[in-house]
Amino acid sequence: MSFPDRPLTAMIDVAAGPPDCMAYERAGGWEAVRRALKNLTPAEVVDTVTRSKLRGRGGAGFGTGQKWSFVPKEPASERRKYLIANADEMEPGTFKDRLLLEGNPLQLVEGMILAAYAIQAGHGIIFLRGEYHLACKRLDQAIAEARHEGWLGENILGSGFSFDIHVHSSAGRYICGEETALLTALEGRRATPRSKPPFPQTGGLWGTPSVVNNVETLCNLPHIITNGPEWFLALGTGTDGGTKLYGVSGRVCRPGTWELPIGTSLREIIEDHAGGMLPGYGLRALLPGGASTAFLDVTALDVAMDYGSVEKAGSRLGTGMAIILDDRTCPVGMIHNLEHFFAQESCGWCTPCRDGLPWVERLLMAIEAGTGEEEDLEQLDRHARMLGTPGRTFCAHAPGAMAPLASGLKLFREDFAEHITQHGCPLQHAARSLERGRDDQHSY
Amino acid sequence: MSTAEHPLPDDLRADIAALVREELHPRGASVAALRLVQARFRWISTAHLREVAELLRMSVEDLDGIATYFNLLFRKPVGQHVIMLCDSVSCWIMGREHLCAHLCRTLGIRPGETTEDGAITLLPIVCLGHCDHAPALLVNETLHGNVDIASLDRLTDTLRGTLR
Amino acid sequence: MTSIHIDGRTCPTRPDINLLQACLEAGASLPYFCWHPELGSVGACRQCAVRQFSGADDKTGRIVMACMTPVTDGTIVSIDDAEAREFREGVIEWMMVNHPHDCPVCEEGSECHLQDMTVMTGHNTRRYRFTKRTHRSQDLGPFVKHEMNRCIACYRCVRFYRDYAGGDDLAAFASHDNVYFGRAADGTLENAFSGNLVEICPTGVFTDKPFSGAYSRKWDMRGAPSVCVHCAVGCNTIVNARQETVRRVLNRYNGEVNRYVLCDRGRFGHGFVNAASRIRTPLRRINGQLVPVSTQDAMAQFSRMAARGPVVGIASSRASLESCFSLRVLVGADRFSTGQSRQEQDCAELGLSLLRTHPGLIPALHDMESADAVLVLGEDVSATAPRLGLSLRQSVRQASFRAADAAKVPRWMDAAVRTLGSECSSALFIATPAPTDLDSIAQETFHAAPDDIARLGFAIAHRIDPAAPAVSDLVESQAALADRIAMALVAAKKPLVVSGMQYGSPALMRAAAGIAAALATKTPVAALSLVFPDCNSMGLAMVGGLSLDAVLEKAEAGEIATLVILENDLSRHLDPAVLAKLTEAVPGIVIIDHTMTPLCETACLVLPAAPFTECSGTIVSQEGRAQRYFPVVFPSAPIQSGWRWVQALGQHIIVEDEAASAEIRATGLTDWRRMDDVTLALARDIPVLAAAVGAAPGADYRLEEQRPRNEPHRASGRTVIRSHISVRDQPPPASPDTPFSNSMEGAYGPDMPAALVPYFRTPAWNSVQSLSRFQQEIGGAMRGGDPGVRLFADLSSDQQDNRQPLYSYSLDIPAAFRPQSDKVLLLPEGRLFGSEELSLHSPPVAARSAAPALGLPAGDVPPGRVTLHLNGGVHDLPVQEIAGLPEGIALCPPHMVSRAFVFPCQASLSTADGKGKRT
Ligand SMILES: Cc1cc2nc3c(=O)[nH]c(=O)nc-3n(C[C@H](O)[C@H](O)[C@H](O)COP(=O)(O)O)c2cc1C
Ligand code: SF4
Ligand code: FES
Repeated sequence: MSFPDRPLTAMIDVAAGPPDCMAYERAGGWEAVRRALKNLTPAEVVDTVTRSKLRGRGGAGFGTGQKWSFVPKEPASERRKYLIANADEMEPGTFKDRLLLEGNPLQLVEGMILAAYAIQAGHGIIFLRGEYHLACKRLDQAIAEARHEGWLGENILGSGFSFDIHVHSSAGRYICGEETALLTALEGRRATPRSKPPFPQTGGLWGTPSVVNNVETLCNLPHIITNGPEWFLALGTGTDGGTKLYGVSGRVCRPGTWELPIGTSLREIIEDHAGGMLPGYGLRALLPGGASTAFLDVTALDVAMDYGSVEKAGSRLGTGMAIILDDRTCPVGMIHNLEHFFAQESCGWCTPCRDGLPWVERLLMAIEAGTGEEEDLEQLDRHARMLGTPGRTFCAHAPGAMAPLASGLKLFREDFAEHITQHGCPLQHAARSLERGRDDQHSY
Repeated sequence: MSTAEHPLPDDLRADIAALVREELHPRGASVAALRLVQARFRWISTAHLREVAELLRMSVEDLDGIATYFNLLFRKPVGQHVIMLCDSVSCWIMGREHLCAHLCRTLGIRPGETTEDGAITLLPIVCLGHCDHAPALLVNETLHGNVDIASLDRLTDTLRGTLR
Repeated sequence: MTSIHIDGRTCPTRPDINLLQACLEAGASLPYFCWHPELGSVGACRQCAVRQFSGADDKTGRIVMACMTPVTDGTIVSIDDAEAREFREGVIEWMMVNHPHDCPVCEEGSECHLQDMTVMTGHNTRRYRFTKRTHRSQDLGPFVKHEMNRCIACYRCVRFYRDYAGGDDLAAFASHDNVYFGRAADGTLENAFSGNLVEICPTGVFTDKPFSGAYSRKWDMRGAPSVCVHCAVGCNTIVNARQETVRRVLNRYNGEVNRYVLCDRGRFGHGFVNAASRIRTPLRRINGQLVPVSTQDAMAQFSRMAARGPVVGIASSRASLESCFSLRVLVGADRFSTGQSRQEQDCAELGLSLLRTHPGLIPALHDMESADAVLVLGEDVSATAPRLGLSLRQSVRQASFRAADAAKVPRWMDAAVRTLGSECSSALFIATPAPTDLDSIAQETFHAAPDDIARLGFAIAHRIDPAAPAVSDLVESQAALADRIAMALVAAKKPLVVSGMQYGSPALMRAAAGIAAALATKTPVAALSLVFPDCNSMGLAMVGGLSLDAVLEKAEAGEIATLVILENDLSRHLDPAVLAKLTEAVPGIVIIDHTMTPLCETACLVLPAAPFTECSGTIVSQEGRAQRYFPVVFPSAPIQSGWRWVQALGQHIIVEDEAASAEIRATGLTDWRRMDDVTLALARDIPVLAAAVGAAPGADYRLEEQRPRNEPHRASGRTVIRSHISVRDQPPPASPDTPFSNSMEGAYGPDMPAALVPYFRTPAWNSVQSLSRFQQEIGGAMRGGDPGVRLFADLSSDQQDNRQPLYSYSLDIPAAFRPQSDKVLLLPEGRLFGSEELSLHSPPVAARSAAPALGLPAGDVPPGRVTLHLNGGVHDLPVQEIAGLPEGIALCPPHMVSRAFVFPCQASLSTADGKGKRT
C-alpha cells in the first residue's frame, strides 16, 4: 500500500473536474468507510482520530477526537444527532475549502460518513456558503451518486448504520461560519451565535447533539482511518499531525493553494510555492491565516505554520491562508477594507461589535481620506483593546476583527501618523467609498 | 409585467412544501425556500414572502427578519443580471476599486443600483474564495477571476447582449 | 449559606442566580440592559461587565458579563475595577453612537433606564464625530408609539414579545448596526401584551401612545397603588395622575400575581374615568329628561321615593366590597341582590364552593407558571383572563427547565434553555368550543360544545380516580383523548385544571373541579383555578345575595317601590325583555354609577360615583385575593365613593321615616367616617371576608411617623399648574380614605408595605428597573410582603386532611350535544377588547374592538350577512368563519347583539333571501 504525502489533494485535478464514484474508489476511496463500518466500533474511530492529533482546520484548532468525545453515546438509531460540515468559508483571503469541495466532493462525503459513524449521527448537513454555486452542483451530484451506490442511506454496507447528507446553501453572512450561529441559521432563525453551555455536542441543532467540523478537517478522516494515526502524525513537521492546505494571495507571482506538511515555514510557502513577490513589489507584512489573524512582518518569515509557532510569533494559524501586504499598498487602506468587512458582517447582537466596529471603520476611512485627527489613533487603540479580548463580545467575531487592527496599529504606527499629519494617504490611495447597506432593510 | 405580485406558481409552492416536509421543523426550510423564490423571480417580493411565510407556518415578520438578515436575499427588484464584485481584502489589494469605478462609469450606476434598462445590478460582495485569481467577481452564478478593465468591458457587453 | 465578595465586601447571596442579580440584590449599582428578571440572560448588551477572580491568589482575573456568570459560593468580583468601568462606559458610548440627543422631548425622559445607566457609568462626552444612522419609525396602532432611532438594540422587545408573550408580528430585521425592531409594515401590534413594551424597552423606542396625548414627566405625577378592574385576575397597577386627571396605568409588581406584566386591556382600559360618558353630577328625571340637580335636590327626591315603600338594592360584580356591603346594610340582606342573573349567580356560587371544597391547591397566578401539565376546560382564558393566559403560556416551559437542569444549564440562561427546550414542552390541553390564542402551544386541542367538553372532563376525572363517575357512551376518539389527558396530568408533578364561567355551564366547572380533586388524590398540589367574570365577582359571591331573577319576582309581586342600583348596567346581565319587565314593575330606580350606561335611561335618579381611580376600595380576585386600590384623583363634590352615596341615602331615609331611621342607625351605616370603618364592619358581618381588612394598611398607617407620600420628591408645579387661575399655593387634597399625603411631603422607601407603593424610584434608579430594590430578592416577594390577602387559600389547607375523603364528585353528567337542524347553540364570544364593559369606554381600547360578527363553523357558512333571531330580537350580522368551531354552534359577543343573553341559548338564523338555517 502506498502512503500518500498529499492525501487531501492527491485526487484533485482542477482541469479534469472531480472523480466520480468509480474513479474515487479506484484511487483508494471508500476504503476507510469499509474498514470503519466493518471492523471498527464508533469508539475505536474516535480513538484513532484522537491519536492522530488531528486538530480542527476551521480556525480554532480544537482536537477533533476530543470534540467528538463529548457527544452522548447512544446509537444513531436511538437518538437524533447531527454531523455538520462547515463549508461556509467566508473568511476573506481564504479559498481552501472550495478547492476540496469542487475538487473531490466524495472525499468530504466519506469523511462525513466516518465522523457520523464515530459520533453515531444519522443526519448529515453540509452548510455551504451561498456563493459557491459550482461546489453546490458537484456536492449534489456526488451525494446522489454515493447514495445510489449505497454509501449513503439506510443500513450502509449492512452495518446497521444509516446516514444521509443534505446540502444547505446559505445566503451570505460571515457569522454563519461560527459554529453556534451556523446552528441558529439552520434552524431558520437570524444567525446569531449562542452561548455555551449547552455545547453543540450535547445541545446543538434543534437542541439535539451535533458536531460541527470544518471541511478540511473532515476530508482528513478517510486517510487517517486508511493509513493509521501514526502515519498522519508523521506527516507533520512539528507537534501537529498531518498536512495543511496553505494558500497565498496578494502580489505574489503564483497565488494559489498547496497541500504541505503542517508546520511548513512561511518563507517556503511564499518563496517556493507562491514564487515570491511580483517584480517591483516588496513584502511588507502579511496576515498568516485569513482576515482575522494578526499581521506578521518580514522578521517572522521563518515561523513554522503550525498552531503553536504562529501563536508564539504573535498571530494565529487561522485558516492557514496568507494575505500579503506589499510595499506599494497602503496598510491603513488595507485595514480599513478589513474593518469594513467585519463591521458589515457583525450580526448585530452585541453592542461592542455592532456599534464599535462601524466606529473603527469610520475612523479608518477618515484617516485614509485625510480627515483623520490626532485623537483618532487613541480611539483606534481603545477599540483594539476593548474589543480584542475574547469574552467581552459575545462571540469571537470582534476579537477576530481586532487582530489585524491591533497588530497593524503597532506595525504601521508611522503610516497612520503620516496619514493624519499629511491629511491623506501618502500612497495616494483614494479612500474607498462606503458600499454599505447591501443587506440593509431598505436596500438589498 | 412583473410577476412579483402574482401568486407563487404551483410548482414552486409544491417545491417549497417538499422542502418543509424534509425539515424537522418547517422554519428550517426558510432560507432554502426564499432562495427558490429568488432563483425564479430574481428577488423576493412582499407578496411572495407572505406566501412563503404561510407555507412555513411563520409570520411575515418572522420570515422577513431572516430575509433582511442575509446578504444574498434580495428584498428589492434587481436587474436581469447581477454583478457581484468582491470587495474583500485580496481583491482590494489587487485593484478592485478601479474596476468598481470603471463599472460605475460605464454602467452609469453606483454600487447597489440597477442600470436604467434593467439589465445589470451592481453589488459589492464579500470574499468569493477566489483570492488567488483576484480581483474576482460573480455574475449571477458564474465566477470570474483575474478580472481587468478589458475583460470587464467584454463581460458587460455580453450581458447587455443577452438582454431579453 | 452562599456568599460572594464584591470589591472586598462579603455579601450573602443565593445559588441558582447570576452574578448580576447577586450584585443588584447586594445593593450594588451595576448597569445592564438586555437582562430582565422575567426574561433571563442572553448576554447581548455587554453592559454588566465586572472583573472576576478565580480565587484569593488570582490578582489579574478576567472581565466577564455578570449576567452570564453563575454565582458560586466564594465568587470574588470587582465592579469598581478600572478596566471593567472603562468597558462599561465604553458600552454606553457605543450605544450613544446612534442614539439621538432628544431627551428633552423624549417621553421616556425622567424614567429612562438608558439615562440612568449613562449617568451610572459616567459617560458624558461625545467622541464619535461621524453622522448617525437613522431609521423610519412605524405606526404601531393605538397603544404603542415607535421611535426606532432611540433603539440601543438590547433585543428585549422581541424577546418579550415573541418568546415570552407569544406574539409574532414584531421582529428584528436586517443586521449589524442597521438592526431594526418593528413590524413588516405599519400596523397595529396584535399581541394582547404589546403595552408592556413600554416598560420592557429600556429607552424611548416604545412609549405609551394614549399617555403621549396627556403627557407628563414621571416626577410630576402622583401615583396610586391600584388594582385592575377589567377582569377577575386582579393585576396590581399604578395609576398616575396630574392636575387631577388620570394619565396612565403602569404595572405594579406583585410577586404572586401579575409580576412584571399587564395585559393591554388593563393598561389602556382606564380611559373610561376621563371619558365623556362619566357622570359628574346628580341627575333627576324631570319631564322624561335626566337633568342635573343639586345633591340636596337628589336626596330630597330619594327621601320621597323611599317613603313609597320597600327599597331593594342591587350591587355589582364591578363595585368594591365596601360599596356592595354598604348597600346590603342599607336595604337588609333579604332585599339585597348581587346584580347577576340567576345563571351567573349560580355559577359564581358554585365556583366559590368548588374552590372552597377543592382538596388540592388554589393557585396564585405565579403558581400556574410552574404547573407542568395544564388542562383548560371550557374557558377561553386569553379573552376572559388575559394575564392568566400568559401565565399558562409560561407553564409549557417547565419541560425545558428540566432539560436545562439535566444539561446543567442555569434556568436563567434564557436563550440556552430555549434551545434545549426546542424539542420539548410541558403538556397543555385546551378544550374549548372555539379555537383560542393558546391553541398554538397546546399539545392537543378539543373543540366541542360545552356539554361535550364537560363530558370529556368527567371522563378524565374517572380515568384518574375510579371513584369519580364514569361517562357512558363516550365516542371512542374522545375516550382515547380523555386517556391521554389523564395520563399526562397524573404524570405531572404539579398539574393544573382551569375552567370558568364564560359559558355559564355548571357542568363544565364541576367536571373541572372533579378532575382537580381526582388529581389531588395523587398529589396535594393538584391545582384548580376558575375564572370569574368581573373584578369583584369573587368578593360579591362571598357577600351573597339575591339573583336578579329573584328581584324580578319580588318586583312583579309589587314588593319593590325603589331599586337602588349600584355600579351595575343590568342590561349586561338580563335579556332585554326580562330587563324591561323589571324596570316596568318598579316605580323608582336610583342608579349610583360613574359612567352613563343604557340602564340610566330607566332611572329616576342618577348619582355620580367615584371610579376606582378616585376612591379606595377592596376587591377580591378569582384566586380569592382581597386587594385594595387607592385614589389618585380627588374629585370635588358631588362625586364620591359608592358607599358614601349609599350612606347618604341612608341618612335621607332617616329624615322621612322614623322607624326605618332607627333601623338604619342600628346598623352603624350612618356612623361610618371613612372607608376603613366600612371594611371593619364588613369583616364583622361576613366572617369569610374578615381577612379583607388586611388587604392593605388603613388610613391611619404611618411610615416613619409620617404619611407615605405619593408624589416624587421632585414633583413640581403644585402651584404653577394653576397659576393662570391663582398663584397661591394650594394645599394637597386630603381624604380620610387613604393614608397618603397626596403630595411630595411624607415618607417613602423600598421597605414600605407593598400595597402602598405609589411609584418605583430609588437613588440613581429613576426607571421602573428600580423595582429590584423593592423586592426581597429579585423576582421574589416585595420587601413589604406581596400585596393583598388570600381569603381562602388557608381555609383549604386547614381542612385539607379531613376534607379529602369527603370530596363528593358531581354525578350530574350532561348528555352529549346534538346539533339541531333548525337552530344553533349560541355561545358568548369572549373578546380581549370589547367584551369587558368599562374598558370599552376607553378610546384606544374602543379603537381595537372589532365590529360584531356571527361566528359560524367554517365550510357551512352562508355568504355575507345573516339574521340572528334571538329571544324575540332580530340582529343582522356579518358572518365570520371560525375554523374548528363544531357544527351546530354559533358565536357572538353578547353585548353587541342584545347586550346580554342567557346561555346556553338556542337561536335561529336566516339569510337575506329569507331561508332559515339548513331548511
Ligand atoms: C466569526 C467566525 C467565523 C467562522 N467561520 C468559519 C468558516 O467559515 N468555516 C469554518 O470551518 N469555521 C469557521 N469558524 C470556526 C467555527 O466556529 C468552528 O470552530 C469550526 O467550524 C469547527 O470546525 P473544526 O473543529 O473542524 O475546525 C468561524 C468562527 C468564527 C468565530
Ligand atoms: S461579537 Fe459581533 S458577531 Fe459576535 S455576537 Fe457580537 S455582534 Fe454578533
Ligand atoms: S478577497 Fe476577493 S476573492 Fe478573496
